[in-house]
Amino acid sequence: MNVAVVTFPGSNCDQDCHRSVELAGGSPRYVWHRERSLGGAEAVIVPGGFAHGDYLRPGAIARFSPIMDAVIGFAREGGLVVGICNGFQVLCEAGLLPGALLRNRSLRFQSHDCWLRVERTGTPYTGEYREGQVIRMPLSHADGNYYADADTLAELEAEERIVFRYCDARGDVTPESNPNGSLNHIAGIVNRRRNVIGMMPHPDRAIEEVLGSVDGLPFFESLVGTEVAATAAARSEVA
Amino acid sequence: MSRFTVEVLVTPRPGLLDPQGKAIHHALASLGYDAVEDVRVGKAIYLEVAAASAEEAAERVEEACRKLLANPVTEDFRVTAEAPR
Repeated sequence: MNVAVVTFPGSNCDQDCHRSVELAGGSPRYVWHRERSLGGAEAVIVPGGFAHGDYLRPGAIARFSPIMDAVIGFAREGGLVVGICNGFQVLCEAGLLPGALLRNRSLRFQSHDCWLRVERTGTPYTGEYREGQVIRMPLSHADGNYYADADTLAELEAEERIVFRYCDARGDVTPESNPNGSLNHIAGIVNRRRNVIGMMPHPDRAIEEVLGSVDGLPFFESLVGTEVAATAAARSEVA
Repeated sequence: MSRFTVEVLVTPRPGLLDPQGKAIHHALASLGYDAVEDVRVGKAIYLEVAAASAEEAAERVEEACRKLLANPVTEDFRVTAEAPR
């Protein structure tokens, strides 16, 4: 699978995502944010970092980078779009995912491993996990506190669109296991069509033993193994 | 055309948890400012805008607020255009 990895000025996980796709058996390619086409990619990753310095709000300025028109068009055609950390913030700002990511409840930049419970395996990104599996990967952010209004939150729950939840090592969702104050312990969500995912923790930093965890690799293996709707890939060619 | 200074106040929406405001509230309480019952933190953005009138300047900036300067999910905004001195 051809996967475009978007690089903004200030992205710092584009290389991690590139390597993750490679290790999972896909063909990654960097796409600079000033480009206007995804060049026939079958999936897009918006990586972590501090795009445009996170000025104004994280993701707010990146959302208007030239490449984002192509990413938004691609997503609307059903194309696979992943936002990790800063990428999640960009996708929320772009309106591809509901809600927003506020300053961490602690007011501190949190950078440590966290435990996640895989809530849904019926997405293009989690098929290689078991439902309820407890996985470990790093998180690294100042603004990861997921917020949405009560109606949106109820909708996410009812439509089973919360994919990852913060938990403890046993998989229990306890107040202490919530690192940033996210409502309903939300660490990752999908859109209604399930082709767009956003998550704050970093599967791209948990892909090799040397990194301390390989629990992120199935995320990329699921992605690379997903059958892509032909229309979406065609859309990314012309966009 | 004149140049107007436009002030944009962006504030967290009511009911939204504002951890910065909370931290400042605690600090004020520890300094003895017991009368302070709540603190909310927003930001002020100042723009110099060329327009025919203050109303026009404010309108342009309000549009920019909806697009970029404020996040409608979490923030409210208030725009004030000052006549040139």
